Amino acid sequence: MPKLIKGVGCPYCGSSCDDLEVLISDDETKVLEVHNACIIGTNLFHHANDPTRPKLPRMRQPDGTMKEIPYTEAIDYMAKTMLAAKKPLIYGFGSTNCEGMSAVARIAEKSGAVLDNCATICHGPSFLAIFDNGYPSCTLGEAKNRADVVVFWGCNPMHAHPRHTSRYSIFPRGYFTQKGQMQRTVLSIDPRETDTAKLADIHLMLDQGHDYELFDAFRTVLRGFDIPETVAGIPRDTIKKSVEIMKNARFCMIFFGMGCTHTNGRNHNIDAAISLTRDLNEHTKCSIMAMRGHYNIAGPGQVWAWQFGFPYCIDLSKGTHAHMNPGETSSVDLAMRDEVDCFVNVGADAGAHFPIQPVQHLKKHPFITIDPNFNMASEISDLHIPVRIAGVDEPGVVYRMDNVPIQFKAVLKGLPGVPSDEELFNLVYERMCELTQTKPIWLAAKEDRRYPESEAVI
Amino acid sequence: MAKIHLNMITQRSIEEGAAMEQGKTNPNYFIACSICEMNPEDMKRGGILKNTNVRVTSECGTVIVKAIEPTQYCPPGLAHIRQGVWANQVVPPRTQSTGTPQYSGFPVTIEPAPEEKLKTALNLVQGAVGLWKGGN
Repeated sequence: MPKLIKGVGCPYCGSSCDDLEVLISDDETKVLEVHNACIIGTNLFHHANDPTRPKLPRMRQPDGTMKEIPYTEAIDYMAKTMLAAKKPLIYGFGSTNCEGMSAVARIAEKSGAVLDNCATICHGPSFLAIFDNGYPSCTLGEAKNRADVVVFWGCNPMHAHPRHTSRYSIFPRGYFTQKGQMQRTVLSIDPRETDTAKLADIHLMLDQGHDYELFDAFRTVLRGFDIPETVAGIPRDTIKKSVEIMKNARFCMIFFGMGCTHTNGRNHNIDAAISLTRDLNEHTKCSIMAMRGHYNIAGPGQVWAWQFGFPYCIDLSKGTHAHMNPGETSSVDLAMRDEVDCFVNVGADAGAHFPIQPVQHLKKHPFITIDPNFNMASEISDLHIPVRIAGVDEPGVVYRMDNVPIQFKAVLKGLPGVPSDEELFNLVYERMCELTQTKPIWLAAKEDRRYPESEAVI
Repeated sequence: MAKIHLNMITQRSIEEGAAMEQGKTNPNYFIACSICEMNPEDMKRGGILKNTNVRVTSECGTVIVKAIEPTQYCPPGLAHIRQGVWANQVVPPRTQSTGTPQYSGFPVTIEPAPEEKLKTALNLVQGAVGLWKGGN
């Protein structure tokens, strides 16, 4: 009998929907149906059925082909390569659980690596602005129950977070927002008329790259001063009308995305957005939230900030303390300056999502990919180690975009012999300790997690 | 042939996300991402017929993509390649000292290249690091 598993978390976007229902085959090895998910989540679960999923690590041979090798050999290679490197870079963690992120920190410390996550090419500038200016944020539940004005600034949830609008921001009926969409005024600020902009009551189609000016104009109007006739291509009246709407809201919610962080200004755009939020709180309640891209990309921020004091771009090569300075210790900059001599890509695809030049620089040195599937990074790697898919055949804690932790379930039995990220990193750590003739240090609380109850490897 | 100068942005789309989760070597990923959306006015200016290939050149690279009319309205002067392998062939790695490359808002020139063939994702990435052996 196929089994229907309820309350399943979706390991795709930052909305981290946890209301999915997945129908699995009676032997718990195949996903048959996925209910409630968007098309991306549905494809993700079905992709786990792919019979060609790698079950063994693959090592690149001198002739350029890949050859399957046992896990012990792959773990040995990874441990030796990372120890031999002067400054390895460990990047990724968009798609893995907090347990894996915590385990990788031991390897990073042992090898004196730079530890970075996908935020570095995504919401990194938001972190910088948050350090400078604070983060007057809330949870998505508050947005759902209270927000009657929702602003999407440089983000397109209809495409990047498909269920965000129906679960949290536009359509749902909340405690103080019982009429749902009817009660909410939606503003969209985007240089294109995106599918989110089409849903909005007012779409401010600004000139691309002029977000800072527009944020500034909003603040100027809010403080009662006059602004030029057009700012960033938006007429004065439209800006004034939008500010009036935000000011008269009972609860105004600002969501911002890659439109602000990928363009000129970077962290300064977010800085202005946070200041606007603060200014609006003189008049009403206003909150701001980053539209984080992956289901657990807030996770490394939480886990590593707890372990090292910094959320990303963590340079541990000094051996004594962690050091963070984006621009210097960020993956793309390190790669472009050829400052790293080993690259480990975990649960992300640097091959496809870095600009191609940093990839070319990184490829000069040993290149290791840890990912359940084939991707662009795995296809140029010297070593590809498959692991279980967090959220599909590996449970774990994830942090949603509003930094709320959620326990995700596993719906399938993992592939036999394939470890989870955490198990793999623990094995590599142990091998590193053996090679350096040191004693592994495990936290007492973690003792039982060293080898969770699975028959994976060895 | 006329060259046109446009402002390029590379952002997400649901087609790209859905195809990516089927695997990046899946034909759907190729179809979803090897395209450049631009305003029909710009196409006219550059002598580009819709659904034909164009060469997009930025300060740091060049890529062949298929020019299509926008699926989400793009004003004249703006072009959009969906995030992914093709977009990242032309994305400048300059980060303004924040670690984040210039994924949005960089100048490109676009010219018709109807005779050129689109390359697959593997061809582009493996080709860039000298591992491409041919095939699909």
